[in-house]
Amino acid sequence: MSVERLHERYVLLRATNPAGPLPEMRPGQFAQLRADLAPNTFLRRPISINFVDVTANEVWFLIQTVGEGSRSFARLQTGDMLNAVLPLGNGFTLPATSAERVLLVGGGVGTAPLLYMGSQMLAMGCRPTFLLGARSKGDLLQMEAFQRLGDVFVTTEDGTAGERGFVTQHSVLRERQFDRISTCGPKPMMVAVARFAKSAGIACEVSLENMMACGVGACLCCVEDTQEGHVCVCKEGPVFNMEDLKWQI
Amino acid sequence: MELKNPVMTASGTFGYGLEFADFVNLEDIGGIIVKGTTLEPRQGNPYPRMAETPKGMLNCVGLQNKGVDYFCEHIYPTIRDIKTNMIVNVSGSSPADYAECAARIDALDRIPAIELNISCPNVRQGGMAFGVTAEGAASVVKAVRKAYHKTLIVKLSPNVTDVCEIARAVEAEGADSVSLINTLMGMAIDAEKRKRVLSIGTGGLSGPCVKPVALRMVYQVARAVKIPVVGLGGIMSATDAVEFLLAGASAVEIGTANFIDPAITVKVAQGINDYLDCHGFASVHDIIGTVE
Ligand SMILES: Cc1cc2nc3c(=O)[nH]c(=O)nc-3n(C[C@H](O)[C@H](O)[C@H](O)COP(=O)(O)OP(=O)(O)OC[C@H]3O[C@@H](n4cnc5c(N)ncnc54)[C@H](O)[C@@H]3O)c2cc1C
Ligand SMILES: Cc1cc2nc3c(=O)[nH]c(=O)nc-3n(C[C@H](O)[C@H](O)[C@H](O)COP(=O)(O)O)c2cc1C
Ligand code: FES
Repeated sequence: MSVERLHERYVLLRATNPAGPLPEMRPGQFAQLRADLAPNTFLRRPISINFVDVTANEVWFLIQTVGEGSRSFARLQTGDMLNAVLPLGNGFTLPATSAERVLLVGGGVGTAPLLYMGSQMLAMGCRPTFLLGARSKGDLLQMEAFQRLGDVFVTTEDGTAGERGFVTQHSVLRERQFDRISTCGPKPMMVAVARFAKSAGIACEVSLENMMACGVGACLCCVEDTQEGHVCVCKEGPVFNMEDLKWQI
Repeated sequence: MELKNPVMTASGTFGYGLEFADFVNLEDIGGIIVKGTTLEPRQGNPYPRMAETPKGMLNCVGLQNKGVDYFCEHIYPTIRDIKTNMIVNVSGSSPADYAECAARIDALDRIPAIELNISCPNVRQGGMAFGVTAEGAASVVKAVRKAYHKTLIVKLSPNVTDVCEIARAVEAEGADSVSLINTLMGMAIDAEKRKRVLSIGTGGLSGPCVKPVALRMVYQVARAVKIPVVGLGGIMSATDAVEFLLAGASAVEIGTANFIDPAITVKVAQGINDYLDCHGFASVHDIIGTVE
């Protein structure tokens, strides 16, 4: 596994499987990770699949250091072992045709799964539009990779890059038409995006980050309240159609 | 009920087994104790339902399940052909509830046993309310024993002053075995937000941090009753499991450890065999309760 420090608060882990080819993974799915020698945490941490490089037999994870779990990943050195259970959950809906106009909206480290989503879409001949929000310029990650896949629009809260403000204030939402939005990021951002999508009559799916223990639908710790009652985010999600949730939008 | 090896999975941590089929050969596990099941469907408690702790976790899932009828019609057919002991964990809010739920499971020919959960700390009614007094525990077991004719395991709560008294009371009412421990009642507080972390304020503690408490209780109960004891609480390795066997458990259950390593059950089963070989014991019966 190799470790690249993108910024003081973000690391990119590129992991390979020494035992053979990695399983097939869909964009929006996640892995349950554990750093061996992580003495201060107990449970695994769910981390989105950021990118899959099939030729190199690599899966990438983009991690923001928040607390002990993410710090244990940031402390890893190139060559260390990363213990991963993957792929888990259901992914984003891939476009039905190459003509579908899909907007991928990411906030903070929630941009992570959108890179893989964008690359899979492009491989199908469907060019995505990205709308990425961050606090500041330095929090915008993997920008060149995004730009290679589609049109990229940016907002920062402090105005150091792109338009100043939140993603839902970006002019691209008024200037272009979309058939579908897929979003991942902080909950208040996703609620705002879902609200915009609903008012504009656009289908919208959101990727939730509920805290997890097992990651496989066994413990029922990660539930989200939906139209069908409590369902496991790890198994039925993490991606949900906004209509299925009980959010006030 | 015969076990092919002494390792079972703890209720609420292994789903219906199928969730783990990608990681382990389910038939290599001695027994699979499925999710807590109640007479009526239950939505469980609101999110958040878990918090990490040093060497463990708290949960307040609150027995979310679709009810026993849904289990019999929709889940049982998907698990009946798994060739190991598929055991249902049963909970309720009155002795009559427990008995009715148990009676419906009695009719399922491929379920050889139930585990009565009289020790869930996460539901207001039922659950632990019965498990914390000898009279309460006896009243549930008495009602269920009339309605249920196969192997009856009663799961005990550690949140009591004298666990042996309760173990003796359920043995007297005809329990075939007791299992312990269920989770220890605990709390997590977020200092920044000045709030309790879990939705209902409290939760059940599990994982390696509870092992010393569990070992002590298994040791005491194994000496207080004649029926077999199933030991659990914080088992993360074969050595942990052997410690429970030495303390007097005839079998063990593995719970929270499944979240850390989804293949832990078969590793522990293999590791117990290695321990027996290495120390020259012919079978696990040779070590049960032999601690000095
Ligand atoms: C499906 C899924 C995909 C994810 N993908 C990524 C990813 O690609 N990159 C990434 O960096 N992180 C991702 N996360 C979040 C990640 O799993 C951890 O929650 C995060 O790294 C914090 O863990 P920690 O141990 O560092 O912090 P902890 O010590 O666990 O927590 C630090 C603080 O953050 C709070 N907190 C922790 N987790 C959450 C949460 N999920 N929601 C709200 N508050 C929380 C805690 O209450 C605490 O106050 C994902 C989560 C899910 C469920
Ligand atoms: C998420 C979770 C859900 C649980 N649900 C149940 C349950 O439905 N019924 C039950 O009897 N015990 C339940 N338990 C308790 C476990 O079966 C076990 O008694 C306890 O976790 C101690 O074992 P461990 O330390 O190996 O996990 C649950 C535990 C956890 C962590
Ligand atoms: S984390 Fe266990 S059910 Fe989702």
